[in-house]
Amino acid sequence: MKKELKVIGKPIPKHDANIRATGKAVYGHDIVMPDMLYGAILRTEHPSAIIESIDVSEAKKLAGVHCVITAEDVDVNNIGYKRDHPILKTGEANCTRDEIAAVAADTKEIAQQALKLIKVKYKVRKGIYDVQEALKKSAPQINKFISGKFENKNTAEIFHYEHGNLEEEKKRSKHIVTRKFTLPRMTHACMATSNITASFNLIDKKLLLYSSTQVPFLYQRDMAHALKMNPSDIRVIQPVIGGGFGSKLDMHPFEPICALLSIKTGKPVQILYTREEEFIASPIRQPMEIELTAGVDKAGNFTFREINIVKDNGAYTSWGATTPFVIMQAFSSLYKVNAVKFDAMAVYTNNVFAGSFRGYGNPQATFALERVIDLLADELGIDKAEIRLQNANRKGETTGQGLHFETCGLVECLENVISKSHYNKKKSINKEGRFKKGIGLASMLHVGGGAKIYRSDGCGTILKIDPYGYCTIITGSNEIGQGSETVLAMIASEELGIELKKIKVINTDTDVKPWDVGVHASRTSFVAGNSLLGAIKILKEKLNKKASALLKSGDSEFEYSDNKIISVKSNDSIALDKVVREMHFSEPNELAIADYFYEPSSKFQDKDFKGNVSGTYAFASQAIEVEVDTYTGNVKVLDVYVAQDVGRVLNPLLLDGQIEGGILQGVGYALTEELLMHEGKILNPNFHNYKMLTASDIPNIHFSPVETFDKEGPYGAKGVGEAPLIPTAAAIANAICNALDLEFLDLPITPEKVLKAISLRNTKNNSKINSHSL
Amino acid sequence: MKKQLKKNKPKIEVLHEISFTLNEKQVSCKIKASTILLDLIRDVFELKGTKPGCHEGECGACTVLVNDAPVNSCLFLAVNANGKNITTIEGLTNHDGSLHPVQESLVNNGAVQCGFCTSGMAMSIKAMVNHFENSHHVPGEIRNDFPTRDEIKKFLEGNLCRCTGYVKIVDAAEKLFAKEEF
Ligand code: FES
Ligand code: FES
Repeated sequence: MKKELKVIGKPIPKHDANIRATGKAVYGHDIVMPDMLYGAILRTEHPSAIIESIDVSEAKKLAGVHCVITAEDVDVNNIGYKRDHPILKTGEANCTRDEIAAVAADTKEIAQQALKLIKVKYKVRKGIYDVQEALKKSAPQINKFISGKFENKNTAEIFHYEHGNLEEEKKRSKHIVTRKFTLPRMTHACMATSNITASFNLIDKKLLLYSSTQVPFLYQRDMAHALKMNPSDIRVIQPVIGGGFGSKLDMHPFEPICALLSIKTGKPVQILYTREEEFIASPIRQPMEIELTAGVDKAGNFTFREINIVKDNGAYTSWGATTPFVIMQAFSSLYKVNAVKFDAMAVYTNNVFAGSFRGYGNPQATFALERVIDLLADELGIDKAEIRLQNANRKGETTGQGLHFETCGLVECLENVISKSHYNKKKSINKEGRFKKGIGLASMLHVGGGAKIYRSDGCGTILKIDPYGYCTIITGSNEIGQGSETVLAMIASEELGIELKKIKVINTDTDVKPWDVGVHASRTSFVAGNSLLGAIKILKEKLNKKASALLKSGDSEFEYSDNKIISVKSNDSIALDKVVREMHFSEPNELAIADYFYEPSSKFQDKDFKGNVSGTYAFASQAIEVEVDTYTGNVKVLDVYVAQDVGRVLNPLLLDGQIEGGILQGVGYALTEELLMHEGKILNPNFHNYKMLTASDIPNIHFSPVETFDKEGPYGAKGVGEAPLIPTAAAIANAICNALDLEFLDLPITPEKVLKAISLRNTKNNSKINSHSL
Repeated sequence: MKKQLKKNKPKIEVLHEISFTLNEKQVSCKIKASTILLDLIRDVFELKGTKPGCHEGECGACTVLVNDAPVNSCLFLAVNANGKNITTIEGLTNHDGSLHPVQESLVNNGAVQCGFCTSGMAMSIKAMVNHFENSHHVPGEIRNDFPTRDEIKKFLEGNLCRCTGYVKIVDAAEKLFAKEEF
């Protein structure tokens, strides 16, 4: 990078952090509109039942109730990525979340009271809560809306991928390991519960939605499809969002329900989830079983991987069903491997359906893969760090799946955490006594420049400078707490020489902002950043021309600094605001405005899932040290060494925040968090029984960014948002296995599981000793 | 609201008059015995900075100060506020809109991501500051009774945050005490 950067790379607080820290930010919960009603949803009492009748007459009579709706009262389309999800259910209930009826009333209390007056007659069925049961020929069909597509009637989605010569590689392998892993349900538990405020204007028939969606333009289209409206008649405004992490990628039934209540009453309606409702009715990380067989040759090179995944889809299909798309990338391309055969199937059950969650299947995949790599190293008798370094991806590599690593910091990441954690010393630390220490390694590969899963992975920007020298960035991208607005403001400040407080970012209104696919795949800083840089370039050409005319110098090269445009040659300067005023008010009278649409160079994959799906790729390694209390089964995470290929550090303060937040979510996934279900019902729908970590649980996090300056990224940066949590559970599991010399195949590794494993080994050992002494 | 009360079966709702100090202002209102402080603050006084994260006393997002001590306002019956001194996040901010050192430290240390937990965190940290300030101290002497990092973590256990991993929040509190500027 030739010139020194003034703003990029500095630890700058989030640009509206002061608004948030003073309680002045307006979240969905804080919106009050004139004459607003409160909506509430009646859900099924039984995860699987025939709905024989619904009687809403008493509820309708309750004073203060404006409207009660059931499936019969509305003319709508199914929602969901497969359109297999009715907004309001009729005929049968298939999932504990199922929406049976909804009410709009003057107050939240009246709405709740009205729900109690609705009488539903159910004929309870047994239900199917196990994927293997669902796959049996005798099983009834659970979701009737996509019948006939697959051989088995309860198959929701199938993915198949392969590269290389599997049989050949199997033969060549010195050691082969097979394991089956079980991954739990984890929930996002955003601190703000789900919410929406809908306001339908009966006069002009336009619908205004205050929604926390992370993909406003896809949402607008999905909502229009559901309600049989024109997308352009729907305006989506995002209030400040209290946490996303993937939960707001799908449109969920409560959202069109709220819109319907508003359409029926002609008044604004607000739905706020209670915390219990949030646990029961919001999406989760996909639970799955991963069977992995992998081989290594005598030189320690990975030969092949064969993967079979069965995912519990729940009763309906959300974007979560497409996670194998990301999962297969980890298996096909993390560390070099000659042959891969990958099969994944999502199976309908009467359980809750899964959605998308930060990492998008990758934490599950990485857990299985990195566990098996440890086992392969053990089989071969080589060092676990060595085998990873030997097989690590390198710069310039194109993997069997066609992912091209223009830059790749994996070796550096591995070397960094191995040396900083003193891995080689610690791996064989004394394992005697009650408290046993262990250390584990894991790496990850994730898209770092968006992912082309929609027809466009692009982002639009409109950029303007006003006559007072302030800059407004109207970006298609949006902010869900991750800090992307700040990064955009920093880029504009850097390039235009305008101080940060004079830069505004407008990103909340679909009526105003240009198209963008939404927040996902760690893409925002990368894609929106590049889009902004494109707009800046165009705007500067206009400004340069005017500056040159005003300075009468004929210069063509200018620098932007201190709110001035400065000629590189003569050093003459002119105030930026003056140039803008002259542009506006003197001939040929133009605006200081530019627009740009950036489309990453990534490719849509072919039907065999081959191709370079992202503009760039992120890599990370973690070395984690744990201490296991063999009396209580408690695992304490002591130190997390993390190195991540971020391309370039745009803002270290925000980057740290993403890393630390991600790691703690990963620790939760590894050790404590699981949504427990029994026969389709959620057993722990509250913070008391769903164990999220607290401040006391934070390990020491030692983070080293690795900069590889990817030429595709803004200033060389890659996406960072999802990576930090992806390898954490894998590294923790490896550390626990190292500490105890035991194996764990399921997450979370709770104290009960630890104690059980220890006692199982003791009985085995005892019986061995006994048989010896005989 | 009134029209619905009329239409409803006559239900005799006893209202209690309470008065208390809210962010340094004397206020009074008539409330039901069942009204909780969180709803009173948000819905009647329209101070939306105090956040409802769970309504079950589990997340700390709704933390306010009652006579300087941190309280989950979602579990606190509003009638018990009578005669007390209540401070919310809005009362922490200086009158001229400048940030209280607690808020400033949270902002400058990158402790604010989505921000939904931040009000509660700020009030809990402020409670720690109060405790510290009120503890016995001889003017002029060097203090050595700062809360340790572990004590800060322990104190913040009742406040959940899903975004930050708590590191920056604990940093913010720690630095505040180190600087002793509050
Ligand atoms: S809202 Fe009061 S503790 Fe969660
Ligand atoms: S900043 Fe989002 S919950 Fe704490």
